[in-house]
Amino acid sequence: MSASPALDHIEAGAHGHHYTTTGLDSRKIAVWAFIGSECMLFASLISTYLIYKGRSVVGPFPHEACNPPVCATALKPILNIPVTSASTFVLLMSSLAMVLALAAVENRNLPKPTLGDRILGSSKLWLWMTCILGATFLGFQSYEFTSFVHEGLSIRTNLFGSSFFTLTGFHGAHVTVGVIWLGTLLAIDYKRGLEPGDAINVDIAALYWHFVDVVWIAIFTLVYLIK
Amino acid sequence: MATVAASPSYAGTESGEHTGLWSWLTTVDHKRIGVLYLYTSLFFFLFGGLEAVIIRAQLMGPNRTLVSAEMFNQLFTMHGTTMVFLAIMPLSAAFFNFLIPLQIGARDVAFPRLNAFSYWVYLFGGLFITLPIFFNAAPDGGWFGYAPLTTRQFSPGLHIDFWVLGIQILGISSLAAAFNFITTIINMRAPGMNLMRMPMFTWMSFVVQFLVVLAFPVITIALFFLQFDRFFGTNFYEIGAGGDPLLWQHLFWIFGHPEVYILILPAFGLVSEVLPTNSKKPLFGYPVMVYSGILIGFLGFGVWAHHMFSVGMGPIADTVFGLTTLLIGIPTGVKIFNWIFTMWGGSIRFTTAMKFAIGLVALFTIGGISGVSHASPPADLQQTDTYYIVAHFHYVLFGGSIMGIFAGIYHYFPKMFGRMMSEKLGTWHFWLNFIAMNLTFFPMHFSGLLGMPRRIYTYDAGQGWDTFNLISSIGAFMLVFSTAIFVWNFFRSKTHGAPAPDNPWDAATLEWSIPSPPPEYNFAEIPLVESRYPLWDLTHPERTSEIPHTHAGWSDQEKAADAKPVHIERDRRSAKELGIPMPTPTIKPLFVAAGIIVMLSGLIFIHKDDKTVAAALIALGATMIVGFLYAWVTSPLEPDHH
Repeated sequence: MSASPALDHIEAGAHGHHYTTTGLDSRKIAVWAFIGSECMLFASLISTYLIYKGRSVVGPFPHEACNPPVCATALKPILNIPVTSASTFVLLMSSLAMVLALAAVENRNLPKPTLGDRILGSSKLWLWMTCILGATFLGFQSYEFTSFVHEGLSIRTNLFGSSFFTLTGFHGAHVTVGVIWLGTLLAIDYKRGLEPGDAINVDIAALYWHFVDVVWIAIFTLVYLIK
Repeated sequence: MATVAASPSYAGTESGEHTGLWSWLTTVDHKRIGVLYLYTSLFFFLFGGLEAVIIRAQLMGPNRTLVSAEMFNQLFTMHGTTMVFLAIMPLSAAFFNFLIPLQIGARDVAFPRLNAFSYWVYLFGGLFITLPIFFNAAPDGGWFGYAPLTTRQFSPGLHIDFWVLGIQILGISSLAAAFNFITTIINMRAPGMNLMRMPMFTWMSFVVQFLVVLAFPVITIALFFLQFDRFFGTNFYEIGAGGDPLLWQHLFWIFGHPEVYILILPAFGLVSEVLPTNSKKPLFGYPVMVYSGILIGFLGFGVWAHHMFSVGMGPIADTVFGLTTLLIGIPTGVKIFNWIFTMWGGSIRFTTAMKFAIGLVALFTIGGISGVSHASPPADLQQTDTYYIVAHFHYVLFGGSIMGIFAGIYHYFPKMFGRMMSEKLGTWHFWLNFIAMNLTFFPMHFSGLLGMPRRIYTYDAGQGWDTFNLISSIGAFMLVFSTAIFVWNFFRSKTHGAPAPDNPWDAATLEWSIPSPPPEYNFAEIPLVESRYPLWDLTHPERTSEIPHTHAGWSDQEKAADAKPVHIERDRRSAKELGIPMPTPTIKPLFVAAGIIVMLSGLIFIHKDDKTVAAALIALGATMIVGFLYAWVTSPLEPDHH
């Protein structure tokens, strides 16, 4: 156990350091249950988006142009697939960085003879990388949201606007929570160093992070790629 | 029977630590949280009952003017909302909290502070949604809150705002509790307590937690859409913008149908404890009871549109949902027959709890049969939105859930409070309740089939409804009387009941191996479980000879646990004397819960166009949440033992 009590005790489960039925940490089971619940949350959002697809009575539309008389002025299809492909790539890479961060914490005490080992074994580096990539994704999203608003699509404009901004906004909020969560881990890492005993804390954050990433793959495919 | 001292020596060893208001506000003990849930939900049960009595007084005869049409809308909305979210669900939660750790041989739930948080969110959310009725501003869109009726255009004013935000708050409480109990049941079972040895109440609770985890997010999203429509002008339920008037109905009932199993399965679990104990026989067909409980939960997600036959979904959807609805009758029927076979050939002891349990079997069957009758779309078209439906769901919710919960209260009162309830008053309560319940709800089948619609605040004479309504109202007034007997019995017995022995009913499961009421640590030694009925193995081995037992072959994991064979616990020492680490009481979960309420109250002021107050409240609430959550996660659960 480390010297600082902070975060050593995050709701460790009553008597969590004693016997558990499965041998797993209770927090991990709770996070899996939470992720199950989140699946239904995003399933509801995505279903609503798909049900409302093509039912907006005014533009702008996601994949189709909107010309007078339906729209007052001619409007181009609004989704910017190249830019979103880039942001999707960024988010996918953040999952890779997350995996490396967890491995670095787990293998903290192994000898690191080469420079490559030291780079791969730096939990700070990979946590920073995950945070930065997550924040970059959020930057892309705010760029996308602002440009949509400039092009005349707000959350109030039409069914597409309402369901699109709510779905992607919920996802963005999840990424934001993840970045803050990773930030707290980074703060601990700077304060006292994340030990292999802390791996469970990184592990559950990683579970959440990968889940948010997987949801984005579904959103990117169903909202952006399929016309 | 031997009795124990009224005030066990382990209670209140350090003055002030185990008594007084502060100890209740800061408690993280699952048993005390269970008792808090019990008191609060009984209060809301009485409140919701009062609303029902006013409804029945209004409908006692034609053209009565006791309440206005507006107030009537608020009354039936809040009666339904209160009974579903503030009475039956938390009454079940009282038993989840109190019983699950005791039944699986654990010292607490997996996350004691999260458990306290769930309770406080429930209490504050309940007050948030209930108090507006005193200002004529209570929700008035029905417990189902159908949009677009509940959008700003058709429901201006604060009524629906309180409902949307209130249900959202209560969802947080249910979800947090569900994550907690799933983890508890998976990970906190005593060595040897494998899944097929869990008491049936814990099993049914386990299924319910999965229903909560999978069903509540759907209503959360439906409510977010409505919230965004009402507060930020989105178009989800705007028909003019192309919105689908059925979107809400689908989302609501995908949540709403599993919700009815969330309401009934805990009661099924409770009577599955009461019936075998009082028949002195193991539960008939235990594995099938488990599987049918799981199957009910699973099929519960595939029947939602039977609430919507009248909207015109077309013949294919109607047929599919009619069939799945008929299918769900099979596992439910299996349960009914298994309870009957449990009693068959047993030497039955008619305790009050047993009477209520048998009451459930009888009355739920009636509700189940009328339920099957609306699985048929053409029949359902005649029944939709009439009092026939009201009769049906009161037979399953009052005749089922409430009877089962009363059975649970009479059965477990001695374990909770260390005293016996009066069986004499209990018998009065049961018979009055049973007669009054049938008097109230049976005539509704007739008034419904004669065409009386639900949710009307009054009606004209001469339609053949007058007598049936009068009988229903007389029944409702009798229910007040029978409930008063229960309340008297409950509070009188708490202070004057005979001291309860450890195992007053000669039951078989772990919660009866420890003192009544249990010490804070529950089990001085974690029990090593060898069969489904550990206490009968000790006292009545002939009853359990056909149940699978394990006497050896423990996993390393189980061997490593410091567990002792199941025994009747005689140790009365405190946790400190025994060296058992206990979680530190804390006020932080209460303040995090309060922060959520403060933050969401801010939204109410957005609508009132008071942006400054709104911003201030949201900022204050968010600060409370972040600050107290930080303090919570950075403080250890138990005191350090360096």
